[in-house]
Amino acid sequence: MAPLSAGSVFEVSEIQNEPVPAFSSGSTKRRRHFRIWRLVVLVLAGAYFLIPLYAGIKFSLQNSAGHFSLQAYDKLPSAPGFSAALTLSLKIAVATMVVSTLLMVPTAIYVHVRLPQLRRVLDVVTVLPIVIPPIVLIVGVLGAYPLWAKSSPYLLSFMYVILAMPFVYRSLDAGLGAIDLKTLTEASRSLGGNWLKTMWRVVLPNIRPALLSATVLTLALVFGEYTMASLDLWQTIPVWIVQFSISSDGNIQVAASMLGLVGTWILLVAVVSLDRSQSRRTRRRMLG
Amino acid sequence: MTQMKETIMTNSMGSPPTNVGAAVSLENLVRTFGKVRALDGLSLKIEPGEFMALLGPSGCGKTTALRVLAGFELLDSGRVVVDGVDLSDVSARKRDMGMVFQSYSLFPNMNALNNVAFGLRMRKQSSSVRRKKAGELLEMVGLSDQGNKYPHQMSGGQQQRIALARALAIEPRVLLLDEPLSALDAIVRAELRDQIRSLQQRLAITTVFVTHDQEEVLSMADRVCVMSKGHIEQVASPSELYSRPATAFVAQFVGISSRVPVDASNHEVVVFGQRCPVRSGEGSDLSGAVDALLRPEDIAIEVDPEGQGFVTRKSFLGAMTRLVVQVGEIPVRVDVRSDKASEIDLGTHVRPSIVSRDVLIATRKETVASEAAVPK
Repeated sequence: MAPLSAGSVFEVSEIQNEPVPAFSSGSTKRRRHFRIWRLVVLVLAGAYFLIPLYAGIKFSLQNSAGHFSLQAYDKLPSAPGFSAALTLSLKIAVATMVVSTLLMVPTAIYVHVRLPQLRRVLDVVTVLPIVIPPIVLIVGVLGAYPLWAKSSPYLLSFMYVILAMPFVYRSLDAGLGAIDLKTLTEASRSLGGNWLKTMWRVVLPNIRPALLSATVLTLALVFGEYTMASLDLWQTIPVWIVQFSISSDGNIQVAASMLGLVGTWILLVAVVSLDRSQSRRTRRRMLG
Repeated sequence: MTQMKETIMTNSMGSPPTNVGAAVSLENLVRTFGKVRALDGLSLKIEPGEFMALLGPSGCGKTTALRVLAGFELLDSGRVVVDGVDLSDVSARKRDMGMVFQSYSLFPNMNALNNVAFGLRMRKQSSSVRRKKAGELLEMVGLSDQGNKYPHQMSGGQQQRIALARALAIEPRVLLLDEPLSALDAIVRAELRDQIRSLQQRLAITTVFVTHDQEEVLSMADRVCVMSKGHIEQVASPSELYSRPATAFVAQFVGISSRVPVDASNHEVVVFGQRCPVRSGEGSDLSGAVDALLRPEDIAIEVDPEGQGFVTRKSFLGAMTRLVVQVGEIPVRVDVRSDKASEIDLGTHVRPSIVSRDVLIATRKETVASEAAVPK
């Protein structure tokens, strides 16, 4: 191939007119090997995730004699403490999602628009909750906070906001990175929009998928967190599952776990589908 | 069209416009980023209804000047005065300046109509007024049938026209254009260039246009402000800028110039053995070793086997062909009619001569970064 120099038109033409070499049999073999390995990895990963799920579902669908039965799911709503634990978890989840959104969305937007040099710092800071074990966090909080704060279940919400920070921030960061935030906000301001209107009418609608994703991840975290709730002596769903398993056979709490897992998935799919169908409907309405 | 013009020239209350064709004065602007002085005491007056272009190489401060005017950048010192009012401390959203950005800046979640109406919505105009006015503006930019389309369904040229309509919808006192054509292909760029100029003239709106594209500047602007290193090199009409550049920087940045080392004395230089008067302006008092700055059309060539230059390159430009003639160590660019150039082969010896009535000179040390060693 002729070397590129000084942008000569003729040289570029030569390069464009060069015949494309046919794939050799060696590269075809490599491709086939690659495809096989890809399949192997997919099967192994699938097995890793699906086998425990299958085992859990199968166990929850058995009675004490080992036969198929929906007994565990039937008994679940009336199981002692289940409704209260579910209600408490939902309340905490809603509070966590609200606080997390109010705290993280303006922060992420401000850092993107005004202090982009702090993005790396924020990246590191938001990873800290993953590095610091929840037990360290809750012991510190319980030691430092006054009794009136500890007597409210919503103290957990504030701690869950910290735990959810890595997921929420990354989700928002990706969403904000996908749009030309600086130009959009400047365009809005030049047209007379204040920061509140710019956020509400321009920024938030354009990061809606990221917001929804952050919300669902927060919900999943609240419904799966055990350590903090247990040490703070609040019976959320995970705490109830553990405590109930001590006093009964295991089918019901496994059924609760499976329902929680499947419920979160359904919610995730529903939220994504809702967002897509809403976008499609809006576009159709506007175009029609 | 006249009716549309009247619509845009009349504000929402139906009263005559008070914000069209504002006088802009940038006074001694200084803005530093770390150790870099992006604006180094820049002062510029823009007349009401004037189309002023800020031209310069990357990093010369032209975009910073525009952003300061828009209110997106704070000043270290200096004043931005519009119609006699100091806006230096006024926020961007209260300056009444419409801006079209270099990158596509339409709001992705809104269709074209809502994008255009956004500024009116921020001004709390009623829904019917917004719809009516946005429709008129879309018609004005020739996209009345695209109102329901979203940005991702439109081409780049369409998006920039919508952005222009959006900026005009608020009846801005000043229209700011930050390289709005740079992302477009050549044909769309030429079309939109004409459209912007035509609209600007019809609306008589004061416009500041930032670009590094000379062709855009020379074809659109009433006056051009050439900038370098945060200060102004020259403010002049496009024709004056090209034919009477005030500095060597302008001569080399606007249009094409070849630097030919010569000796100057008594306001005269000898170029290619020919005695020529020195053009008045900056550097005209220089004497001794200097550079003559020659436009391709300042030089003529004749085929001569004994000539001191020979042709090393030919670039077909349409009616004209640009030849690079090597004279000693110096490559000199010369424009020749294409029919005549076709008779001149590479390597042909030629005799160059000066056909302009005078010659711009500059100190020999001065160089322009954008001027590559290999001539264009």
